[in-house]
Amino acid sequence: MSLTSIDANDIAALARGCAVLGTGGGGDVRTGSLAAVRAIREHGPVPLTRLADLPEDALVVPLSGIGAPTVSHEMIHGEDEPRRIVEEIERIFGRPPSAIMSSEIGGANGVAPVAWAAQLGVPLLDADGMGRAFPEVQMVSMYVAGLPADLVVMSDVAGNVVTIRPVDGLWSERLARAVCVAAGSHALMADYVLTAGRARGAVIEGTVTRALEIGRATQGAADPLGALQDRLGAARLITGKLTDVERRTTGGFVRGTATIEGTGDDRGRRLALELQNENLVATEEGRTLAMVPDLITVVDTETAAAVQTEGLRYGQRVTVLAWPCDPLWRTPKGLETAGPAAFGYDLDYVPVEELMARA
Amino acid sequence: MPDLRIGIDVGGTNTDAVVLGADGQVLAKAKRPTTPGVTDGLRAALDAVLDQVEDRAEVTRVMLGTTHATNAILERRGLGRVAVLRLGAPATTSVPPLSDWPADLREVVSAGEAIVPGGHYVDGREISPLDLDAVRRFMDGVRADAVAVTSVFSPADDGHERAVEALVRAEYGLPVSVSHEIGSLGLLERENATVLNAALYGVAAHVTDALVTALAERGLGARPYLAQNDGTLMTLEHAARLPVSTIGSGPANSLRGAAYLSGVSDAIVVDVGGTSTDLGVLAGGFPRESAAAVEIGGVLTNFRMPDILAIALGGGTVARSGGVGPDSVGYRIAREALVFGGTTATMTDAAVAAGRIPAGAEEWRERLKAALKATGTGDMSEGIADILQRALAVADGMVADAVDRMSLGRSDRPLVAVGGGAFLLPDHIAGASTVIRPEHAEVANAVGAAIALASGRVDTILPAGDSRTEAIESVKKEARARAVAAGADPSGVEIVDLLEVPLSYLSEPAVRVHVKAAGPLAR
Repeated sequence: MSLTSIDANDIAALARGCAVLGTGGGGDVRTGSLAAVRAIREHGPVPLTRLADLPEDALVVPLSGIGAPTVSHEMIHGEDEPRRIVEEIERIFGRPPSAIMSSEIGGANGVAPVAWAAQLGVPLLDADGMGRAFPEVQMVSMYVAGLPADLVVMSDVAGNVVTIRPVDGLWSERLARAVCVAAGSHALMADYVLTAGRARGAVIEGTVTRALEIGRATQGAADPLGALQDRLGAARLITGKLTDVERRTTGGFVRGTATIEGTGDDRGRRLALELQNENLVATEEGRTLAMVPDLITVVDTETAAAVQTEGLRYGQRVTVLAWPCDPLWRTPKGLETAGPAAFGYDLDYVPVEELMARA
Repeated sequence: MPDLRIGIDVGGTNTDAVVLGADGQVLAKAKRPTTPGVTDGLRAALDAVLDQVEDRAEVTRVMLGTTHATNAILERRGLGRVAVLRLGAPATTSVPPLSDWPADLREVVSAGEAIVPGGHYVDGREISPLDLDAVRRFMDGVRADAVAVTSVFSPADDGHERAVEALVRAEYGLPVSVSHEIGSLGLLERENATVLNAALYGVAAHVTDALVTALAERGLGARPYLAQNDGTLMTLEHAARLPVSTIGSGPANSLRGAAYLSGVSDAIVVDVGGTSTDLGVLAGGFPRESAAAVEIGGVLTNFRMPDILAIALGGGTVARSGGVGPDSVGYRIAREALVFGGTTATMTDAAVAAGRIPAGAEEWRERLKAALKATGTGDMSEGIADILQRALAVADGMVADAVDRMSLGRSDRPLVAVGGGAFLLPDHIAGASTVIRPEHAEVANAVGAAIALASGRVDTILPAGDSRTEAIESVKKEARARAVAAGADPSGVEIVDLLEVPLSYLSEPAVRVHVKAAGPLAR
């Protein structure tokens, strides 16, 4: 499918797809969807561009909202925040950006960039920095590809613009977080501003189209779950009932385990799903079925709508799907950055398709 | 002096009324059809129970629960035009007010929308100084029946909302709905609820007028109250300010009434009606509240509502070879069900065929047998008997499944069966310790209204440091004061719910605190 622009009618499907790619995290897609629909009605459809269509020196600006989820639900973005960031970037580079990009296609940060692109009148790049959702700033493809974290531009609801020239990724995270807190725990951020030339191989391409296709495949389908599974090329780990969700706080992170007991053909089976912000590892009787950075999403068995980790409740009828991540995450640097060990699991990474073949 | 209470519940189909004695016994009960204008059904039900009371002067209080506000929103009828003001610019402008409203409802309700400078950050600083001149400019340009004001982080700091409320009342003489009185954190959902509240002022006045007039016509000096969504009561003055709170009072009353009639305070309550069955959970005598946002008439809101699971199963639900419902013969059940001489196999027939028969209706068994015989030769009646049997098994499975979902894994609580179709339920249900069928279960909702308490609640953000204990005490005090304002006896008010949730990613540790106080009505 080739798609040249995103219209207001596409937003519901995009949001559904972004929620699936959020693997349980990435934040609520609702506010971003409302902002996107409004911005498109006001400024027109957002052109979707491919990396191949851009000249080598075209500027691409990855944008994401950062901060506390409770705050972003109450103090919504102002309309001028993306423009201030882009004006600052234009000042720094001496030319306007050719496209903006979602840093994280999974969840809220996958949908909101449509609103930002519409407000700016700039195309949206059909790519992102994760191909899914991850909790930490350095867990992006640009970092894995070795691009330097030497520029961060942030703007807040008050109209402040902050430019940071960090010496490395650690300082980038530390300083950006400090600015975010001062700005009321909610800000818009551009990091890893890059040219189209440098973006090749350093971003995950086709993910906006993929999210749209996922959403469209399941909307109104006679068998939404089957349609979703086909579209993703996903393995069905289990279909059953959620019987337990245990959450504990360790080392500042909320970790949890969800237990799903099989029903129907899966009766007698029991799957344990390890969670942080996202679904990270699925095991059955001590045997690992899938692990991060491969994607694991819990969906409602009837509607195939994604269920976020904080929305998991006893009694839900769910299916757990798992499918391969982008090859970039399977490189040594990719696994070091976002493999099981990066989340504190003592597991050697094995791709989900190999684990499934062994089963 | 004997102290009688009348509880009335105006439902979609029936208006129920009960009289409770000073000792809490049900002295009289009545069921009358609900009428379009509410008033006639209300009068009929009231008269029916008053006829059974010797001395009307003994009635001291009348409590009314009604779905009127819900219906007004669903049918876009009788709603006022609202000037919608948000305080928060330059923040929040990417999603203006009412962005997610259905176009027809927005058309009816909105007199205009604006986002003006004001509001607060999570840490208490102002986003912008409140711009009262911008408020005046907006108000000068709109023609509205009421105003809805929502300020960013007002659950933590209501100063800007109060200032705008004072200005609009003084300079424009319009009623004002302020969001900190209505919802918790989550700007768009709280704003939606606040606008709906402002749109319902006229509807609320209609209902309270109907009640006050009905009482006056009958020479009743009783004090009137309205039921709200958490199973507690409000004075009419309070209800006039917060009409949106009456939404969801029906299920809440049913749950509270079930607790009262059965004598248990922790239970799963199953209310079986004609077309659907509502399941709810009682925790400490109050309805368990929904964790998810609640949609009303296509609008997402975040005020607290009873956690209700509705399934398409009722006494009039059609039984067929393929399964159960979801269609129902509804009020036509008295003509169409086999047991009543009709030709449609309903779940009532399926229950009767299995020997589940309401008390005092033993003759239904023979009537159904006769109906089955009359449907044709032996083969065909066997066919229908088969269908009824299989449909009942499917229905029992639906109920067991729904009970399991609501139980959150606990199977040690009793199940209280109420509503006109309670006889459909089996005597043993997986997931419940026992099945209790209290007397007067068919008017549990009216009983729930009659026994309700008055309450007050506060939802805010507090620093988690050393000052926390002191701050929580002051929040408790505010909740008690709100309960008293809602009609509670100051000496009987207790804190019935206190919830603390730590917030993440903030510079200063903070907690979100929810406190609810409730107590018996002042005499």
